[in-house]
Amino acid sequence: MAQMTTETHSGSPHRKARTHRVSDSLPGETLITWLRDMLLIREFENRCAQAYQQAKIGGFCHLYTGQEAVAVGTIQSLERDDPIVTAYRDHGHALARGMDPGACMAEMFGKITGCAKGKGGSMHMFDKPNWLFGGHGIVGAQTPLGTGLAFAARYEWEVMGKPCPNPGVKPGDKPKKKVSLAYLGDGALNQGALHEAMNLAGLYSLPVIYVVENNGYSMGTAIERGTTMAHDLRKKADAYGIRGEIIDGFDVIDLYDDFKPLVDWCRENQRPAFVDLKTYRYLGHSMSDPQKYRTKEEVDQFKGKDSIDRLASQLMGERKGKDGKPILSEARFTEIQTEVKEAVRKAMDFAEESPTPDVEAELYSDVFINPQPNLSPTRDYIHGVKNPLL
Amino acid sequence: MTTTLEHPALPEPAILPDFTKPLPSREGDRIIQFREALREAMSEEMRKDSRIFLMGEEVAQYNGAYKISQGMLDEFGPLRIIDSPISENGFAGLAVGAAMYGLRPIIEFMSWSFSLVAADQILNNVPKMLYMSGGQWGCPVVFRGNDGAGGQLGSTHSWCVEGLYANVPGVKIVIPSNPYDAKGLLKTAIADPDPVFFLESERMLGDKAHVPPEEYYIPFGQAALLREGKDCTIVSFGRPVNFCLEADEALRAEGIECDVLDMRTIRPLDIDSIIASVKKTGRIVVVDQCWPFASVASEVVTQVIERAFDWLDHQPLRVNTEDVPTPYSKVLEAEYLPNPRKIAAAVRKTLAS
Ligand SMILES: Cc1ncc(C[n+]2csc(CCOP(=O)(O)OP(=O)(O)O)c2C)c(N)n1
Ligand SMILES: [Mg+2]
Repeated sequence: MAQMTTETHSGSPHRKARTHRVSDSLPGETLITWLRDMLLIREFENRCAQAYQQAKIGGFCHLYTGQEAVAVGTIQSLERDDPIVTAYRDHGHALARGMDPGACMAEMFGKITGCAKGKGGSMHMFDKPNWLFGGHGIVGAQTPLGTGLAFAARYEWEVMGKPCPNPGVKPGDKPKKKVSLAYLGDGALNQGALHEAMNLAGLYSLPVIYVVENNGYSMGTAIERGTTMAHDLRKKADAYGIRGEIIDGFDVIDLYDDFKPLVDWCRENQRPAFVDLKTYRYLGHSMSDPQKYRTKEEVDQFKGKDSIDRLASQLMGERKGKDGKPILSEARFTEIQTEVKEAVRKAMDFAEESPTPDVEAELYSDVFINPQPNLSPTRDYIHGVKNPLL
Repeated sequence: MTTTLEHPALPEPAILPDFTKPLPSREGDRIIQFREALREAMSEEMRKDSRIFLMGEEVAQYNGAYKISQGMLDEFGPLRIIDSPISENGFAGLAVGAAMYGLRPIIEFMSWSFSLVAADQILNNVPKMLYMSGGQWGCPVVFRGNDGAGGQLGSTHSWCVEGLYANVPGVKIVIPSNPYDAKGLLKTAIADPDPVFFLESERMLGDKAHVPPEEYYIPFGQAALLREGKDCTIVSFGRPVNFCLEADEALRAEGIECDVLDMRTIRPLDIDSIIASVKKTGRIVVVDQCWPFASVASEVVTQVIERAFDWLDHQPLRVNTEDVPTPYSKVLEAEYLPNPRKIAAAVRKTLAS
C-alpha cells in the first residue's frame, strides 16, 4: 500500500514566496469567526456520526471531518451572493455558507424543517438564501451546473443589464461581476462531465472556479490509481486554457492568501480557474468504510497537521492584535468551543423534535411548479407548498 | 385572461399565457414550414424576454444543422444564440445551472438520440431539482430537437426517447405533428416554468401549413380531435398522427369512420379526451413511434383499461415500431415504422367480430 505523506500531499512546495498577504488586513475577529465555523463543522459531523449510528440518519452520509479549512477558506474568499455548488460531502459547505445547523441536521433526520423539507437528505443540501445551489449526489454532475451559474452570472450583466431577482437583490440594483465555485472531489476528475464543463468554461470565458477537494482518495481508490497526471493536476486545466493552481488546504490563512487573489482575478477578468486543493479526510468515505486502503499511520500523520489546531494555535500565539497580545485568549477559545457544542446540541434537539413531513402535503408537492391535470396517471401533483427556508 | 403563478421557487410571479382566448383558425394562406414555425416561436419569445437564450450545436453561425435557427444569430447576436461544442452532457448541465440562477435556456439537441450522452443531466438533475431542493429551485429549460426514425439514419440516430423519458416524473413532454401546433406548443413550452422536452421530427421540418400571424399559445394536455367518427378511436403522438390521418382516409372509403386524436403532449396526457372518445366508439388503436415494451402506447392502453374497461367492445390494440433496433435499408425501415397500412389493419381488427 502506497503511503500518502503530508510532504507530498501539500500545496507548499509549489507556493511562490509571498510578498504580500491579503490576510494581513483581516480583522482578528474575522479569523476568530473562521475558527468558530471550522469548530462548528467538526462538532456537527461528530454528532452526525452518532446520529447515524443511532439510525436517526439514513441513507448515505459523508462526513467532512479534516477538510473544514477548505469550505471555510474558500467561502470566506467570496461575496455573500456569489453562487456555489458542491458534491455530496456537503455539510461543511452548507454550514460555512451560513445554513442554520438545525435545518441541516433536520434534513438528515428527514424532517419537514430540513433545508429541503426532508426530500434531499445528506447528499442534497440546498440553501437558496445562502446561494448554495446544492449538494449533488452524482460524482461530477455538479460541475456543469457551476459552469451554468457562472454563465448566468455573466449573462446577467452582459446581456440583461440587470440582476436576476435572486435573494437579496433589490429593485434597481445594478448587476455585478460574480464568481461561481464548483467543488468536486478528486474522483470527479475522471468524469466526462467535468471535462466538458471545463472546456465550455474556457471557451466561453466563464467566471467559475473548479475547486478540487483533493483528499487523495475516491472511496478506496488512491488518486494515482484512478487519475493520470495526479502529481500535477494543473496540466488538466492547461488543456482547457484555464488557469490552474495548487493550493494547500491545511492552513486556512494560507489557503485564503492563495485563494482570495484567485477569486479576485476570476471576477475581474471573468475567466475560469482550477484549483488542486490538497486536503485530507479523517474518517471513512461514508459511514460504512473499513478503510483497508490506507494505514492508521497515514491518517495520524495528517491529523498532526490539523487545520483547526493550527488556526487555534496561530490565533493564540503568533497572531497578535494591536495591543500586542494574541488575538485569542485561552478563555475565549474555551468559550467558543462551549458555544459551538451548544449550537450543535440545539440543532440535534431541533431535528429530533421537528415533525416529519405531512405525507399528504409533501409527497406530491415540489414535482412541478405549474402542475396541471393528467401529468400523472396515479394522482394530481400539489402546487407550491412553502419551504421553511424561504 | 392571463393567470399569475406564484411558487416558492419562482423569484417573481410567472405570468402564464391566456389559455382562455380561442385559438386562431388553422385555415389560411400564410403557408410556412414546420422549421419556420419553430423559429417564429423562439424568436417571438426571445424578443419579449431577455432571460431566454438558445444554445446548441451549429445553432448560430451554421444557421442550425436543420436550419431551424436560420437568421436568429443576426437578430439576437452571439451572446444569445450560442454555438456549443459537441458536449451534450456539458451544455445540458450548463443550462441547468443557468436556469436555477434565473435564466430561461432553450437547448437544441441536433437529435434526441444524442441526448442519451446527457442522460444524467436531463434525467437526474432536470426533473428532480425542484423536488430534491424541497421546492427551492425549479429547472425551466426547454430541450428540443429531432426525435424518431425515418431518414435511414440507422440504429444510433433514430431514437424515440419519449418511451424512456416519459417514465420520469418532473418533466413535461410535448410532441407536435404539424407546424400550427409546433408553434403554439413551443411558445407555451418556453413560457412554462417547468422543464419541457420538446420532440420534433426531422422528417416533418419541411412540412408546410398555414400558421396564423397573430400570437397564440396552445395549452398542454389538450388533444386535438382531427377527425370524427363513431367506429373506433385512433390515438397518436407526433409524426405518426399523419399516418393515422392517411389510414382514416382509406378506412372512410370502406365506410369505417374513426375519431383521430392528436395528443400533442405526452405529459400531461389528455386521457379525458381519450376516454370520452372510447365511450363513444368502444374501440381503440394507439399508434406510437416507440418500441412496444413499456411504451407510451402501453401507458395509454393501461389508463384506458383502468378507466373505461366496461365500455370496450374489443381489447385495445397498439401499433408501435417493430421491436428491433432501427434498420438502415429503406424497405426494412419502412416496415419497421408504424404506417397507414398497419394502422388501418388494426382498426379493422377491432371491428371484426
Ligand atoms: C457517477 C457516480 N458514480 C459512482 C458514485 C458512487 N460514489 C459516490 S462517492 C464516490 C467516490 C468519489 O470520490 P471523490 O470524488 O474523491 O470525493 P470524496 O468522497 O473524496 O469527497 C463514488 C464512487 C456516484 N455517486 N456517482
Ligand atoms: Mg476524494
